[in-house]
Amino acid sequence: MPPTISVMKKPKDAKGTLRRLVDYLADYRWPLLGVAALSVTANVLALLGPSLAGSAINEAAAGAGQVNFDRVFYFAKWMLVCYVASSLLTIAINVAMMYISRWIARKMRKDVFDKLMRIPVGYFDRNQAGDIISRVSYDIDVVCTCISTDVVSILTSTVTVIGSFCMMLYISPALSAVVIVTIPVSVAYTVYMRGKTQPRYSRRSASYGAMNGFVEEMFSGQKTIQAYAYEEQVRDNFAGVNADAADAYYQADYYGTTIGPTMGSINNLSLSLIAMLGAVLYMTGGVSLGQISSFVLYSRKFSGPINEIANIINELFSALSAAERVFRLLDEAEETADRETAKELADVRGGRGPGTRQLRLRPGPHHPPRRELAGGRGQAHRHRRPHRGGQDHHHQPADAVLRRGRRKNHRGRRRDPGLHPLQPPGGGYAMVLQDTWVFHGTIFDNIAYGKEGATQEEVEAAARAAHIHPFIMRLPQGYQTVISEDGGNISKGQKQLLTIARAMLYDCKMLILDEAASNVDTSTEREIQAAMRQLMQDKTCFVIAHRLSTIQNADQILVVNHGDVVEQGTHESLMRQGGFYCKLYNAQFE
Amino acid sequence: MKFMLSYLKRYKGLVAACMSLKLLGTVLELLLPYVLEYLIDTVAPTKNLRLVALWGGVMLALTVLVRVTNVTANRISVKSAKSAAYDIRRDLFWHSINLSGSQADQFGLPSLTSRMTSDSYNVQNFLQSGQALGVRAPIMLVGGIIVTMTMDVGLASILCVMAPIMLAVAIGVSLRGIPLYDKVQQSVDEIVRIMRENIIGIRVVKALSKEDYERRRFAAANQTMTRRDRKAGVVMALPGPLMTLALNIGLTLVVIVGAVRVNAGVTQPGVILAFLTYFNMILMGVMGLNRVFMMMSKATASAKRIQAVIDQPEGLEPLPEGQAARQEQEGYVVFDHVSFRYGEADVTHEGIQMALNDLSFTMKRGGSLGIIGATGSGKTTVINLLMRFYDATEGHIFVDGKDVRTYDKDSLHRRFGVVFQNDVIFAASLAENIDFGRDVDEDGIRAAAANAMAKDFIEAYDDTYQHQAAIHGANLSGGQRQRVLIARALAAKPDILVLDDSSSALDYRTDAALRKVIREQYRDTTTIVVAQRVSSIMSLDDIIMLDEGEVIGHGTHAELMASCPQYREIYQTQMGEGA
Repeated sequence: MPPTISVMKKPKDAKGTLRRLVDYLADYRWPLLGVAALSVTANVLALLGPSLAGSAINEAAAGAGQVNFDRVFYFAKWMLVCYVASSLLTIAINVAMMYISRWIARKMRKDVFDKLMRIPVGYFDRNQAGDIISRVSYDIDVVCTCISTDVVSILTSTVTVIGSFCMMLYISPALSAVVIVTIPVSVAYTVYMRGKTQPRYSRRSASYGAMNGFVEEMFSGQKTIQAYAYEEQVRDNFAGVNADAADAYYQADYYGTTIGPTMGSINNLSLSLIAMLGAVLYMTGGVSLGQISSFVLYSRKFSGPINEIANIINELFSALSAAERVFRLLDEAEETADRETAKELADVRGGRGPGTRQLRLRPGPHHPPRRELAGGRGQAHRHRRPHRGGQDHHHQPADAVLRRGRRKNHRGRRRDPGLHPLQPPGGGYAMVLQDTWVFHGTIFDNIAYGKEGATQEEVEAAARAAHIHPFIMRLPQGYQTVISEDGGNISKGQKQLLTIARAMLYDCKMLILDEAASNVDTSTEREIQAAMRQLMQDKTCFVIAHRLSTIQNADQILVVNHGDVVEQGTHESLMRQGGFYCKLYNAQFE
Repeated sequence: MKFMLSYLKRYKGLVAACMSLKLLGTVLELLLPYVLEYLIDTVAPTKNLRLVALWGGVMLALTVLVRVTNVTANRISVKSAKSAAYDIRRDLFWHSINLSGSQADQFGLPSLTSRMTSDSYNVQNFLQSGQALGVRAPIMLVGGIIVTMTMDVGLASILCVMAPIMLAVAIGVSLRGIPLYDKVQQSVDEIVRIMRENIIGIRVVKALSKEDYERRRFAAANQTMTRRDRKAGVVMALPGPLMTLALNIGLTLVVIVGAVRVNAGVTQPGVILAFLTYFNMILMGVMGLNRVFMMMSKATASAKRIQAVIDQPEGLEPLPEGQAARQEQEGYVVFDHVSFRYGEADVTHEGIQMALNDLSFTMKRGGSLGIIGATGSGKTTVINLLMRFYDATEGHIFVDGKDVRTYDKDSLHRRFGVVFQNDVIFAASLAENIDFGRDVDEDGIRAAAANAMAKDFIEAYDDTYQHQAAIHGANLSGGQRQRVLIARALAAKPDILVLDDSSSALDYRTDAALRKVIREQYRDTTTIVVAQRVSSIMSLDDIIMLDEGEVIGHGTHAELMASCPQYREIYQTQMGEGA
């Protein structure tokens, strides 16, 4: 795993996030309490071990021929019992935490996905898919790992440090003086190194991220770079990025790799001090050999946890900020539910007089709120608007149609016979969009998507109507051929025909076609046109098209420019007007 | 492994220094418990305080020395590892960027990127820890056993039995865990795929009210992932406590056997104490070896993936003049019976279709050619062959009287201005994107932008041509990106201008204006336009219509309307029935 992900980010609202995380944990409060109890027990048992070992060694130290084996075996037996019990308990705890944390992760993933199904579609335009996905694939994983390991570790480390200290005091208050030297040293060192390493690790993450971005960009433009003989320039640019990454790595690990040996040396320091002090006390009879042995074992348990607690605090923070990202997604506003008074749209063909309305789309970062689509309704021709800011407006006209009734009207009256609810029982719209959407699954599943329990006959009929049946039959597995999300094994035109077949099967009264015929290759184009004409029969259709031939036969054409409807009419009447539409139409013959 | 070592070889001085320091440090560390035992068993009974202080001092000195040597060794290893990783990334990048078309296709973009990042990181990590831990762990293990042997053979035999068992448990569990994690990864991919599908298709999902169906689909994947993740987690939760248990059982045995031997008078009590410490060290050695082993298997896999790219044969080398074909027809750009098949050149079985079959045309300097046809008809292949991203399977291609295979790659490419399908804007200023390393002066850039209809929107920015484009031009609209790309192609007044499907993101009017500019201002530029729209090419000198690699029509617009039914059909579909 490259270190790009180990960035330490402080959560903005640590308290609130923690509280919500605890809510998730609360479902498992009794198992968690049980685990905590077991964990304390396991650690106490582990702590008894060295003390028993010391007693056994004391017996052994009696000298040649003097050893009381009953006593030795007695202590050894209990040592073994403590250690075995403690190890088994530890395994049980780990497994239990594994279960609990995975359950919580599953719940979180479910919540996120359910949420995605309820957020307005505009959210997906404003946020990159990769970013949304990383919350599920990465952030939840961080939270889950933290729950399964860190919670137990904190408990273990605390019990160990306190327990060892008590045991050492109990064994020999005099020898415990050694700890007065080593604890401050390890705490001070830990704090010092955190200060040193933290910014360097962040820088390392950042420089690896930069390198990742640079490389991805250059590789995607590889052909262009070769075509313009730009390779050497790019190589020189990369040298800088590369050197920066190497240097950041060196800086971070220059300090990072000193932590291990230093912690070891603090251990050795305490060993040396115990040896010296112990030897002195031993000579004066202040301490027995067994006590020194126990002491050495306890002191070993000491320095580790202090460093570990520092690491865990780091991990806790990054888990909290990961959790915060997840919660932020869960807090997104949802689609407004259908109004109680909303009437179900029974027959969409009847009496839809043009009413004037404006829709306001959520403004992007770079432009002020502006009217996105104003004016009447009917079949709209959308011509290319200059884009503004970094937003993709691509789907907006379609969304405007799709979500009328879901948005607030800023002005104008509704003259629809009734508002259609969000999910009419008989199915509302079918849509064929420019970005054809197929998912990983068989062709059958992809066509039958709109209608659960569709039969083979129905699917084939739809495919025939969409002029794609012969193509499907030529595939190795026919309707059972698996296609993938990016549809690598079929062409764009064929994907478009599949989505048309899907719309055919989905019985609906309204149809939205957004740029459905653009970017489609020429040989399938005619078939798509024919298929769409068939699809459009007996339906109220909103056609948003780039190619003028697609909408030429519409009852009404809206010409939209910069968000305003500038012309309206049939093809013939618009051509007679000789305005914007006419100029556009004639440009293709120049 | 050999591959990684070859890169480390350049820094063998550093590596040698690191390893010898590490060796020294580990041996010194092994001495510590030895001194401890001597202090307790031999010095303490003498009741000589000065001697105790002296030996205590020795221990402290050892402690300091151990830290200094270890830290220094680690730092040296970091240094050599980062230098080696730098070299690896440099070479890998250079090879990746120079891959030929078919080679790059074979790897794919995500894979090439991850080879540069995660794989190089895995290798670097191993190069660093391998040097340090690779010395320390075995010395700890073997040295610990040797030292304990000299102290007490009987007690040491416990270690000799326990150490291999622990090593076997550690490595065994790890090996069992790896395939489980592969399965978890598959589940993660599945989850990611479903999410991606839903995000991309959210409009369809909502329009068809399929939210519940999608929820169930996700729940099933979620359940599988949870189960696999838990299973892997449970297996991996075992080695830690088991190792501790093994250590503690060993300790108990040491105490018992020690007691027996003290009783028999063959050993001294202090030895038991020293053993307890050694046991810990040996355990660390075992865990260290396990870590090195895991890192090595990961790094070797990564190194193989890196090597696969670096070992690719150099792209297409220029052919010596002697082997070049002779041009027989007149013309500036000539295709002479060119056929091409993607994939292995020597595989000739019938399954593989020709991507391009027997294409011939000639263009005079300043001429124009339009290529139209369905996706997969071979349009882009023509461009790929002309620019020699691939070599023709049969036939010959000439540019300016020379076989394209005899050109040095760069000197051939410098003649071109090209916009590819799905071409790329880089994260740099717009001026840099247009200039693209060819030192076009400011006026040239401005003129190119004006000709590509990009001037207005660029100069509307406060910082005009210095405006920074985001990666992949994400802060520009589709039409704006296309205009910048066209400006790039026009900027150096190329001999040959190639526009591959570059008009689809432009509206009709801009497209028409662009055609006019090229006609009027780039008279000497030979132009090839690949398009899906008839309107983009119908005014050109010559038009070729391709279908599945075959030429099905060749001539001017008027000729094709008369002779080629498919062309006529497309024309009517696109321009409307009335046209």
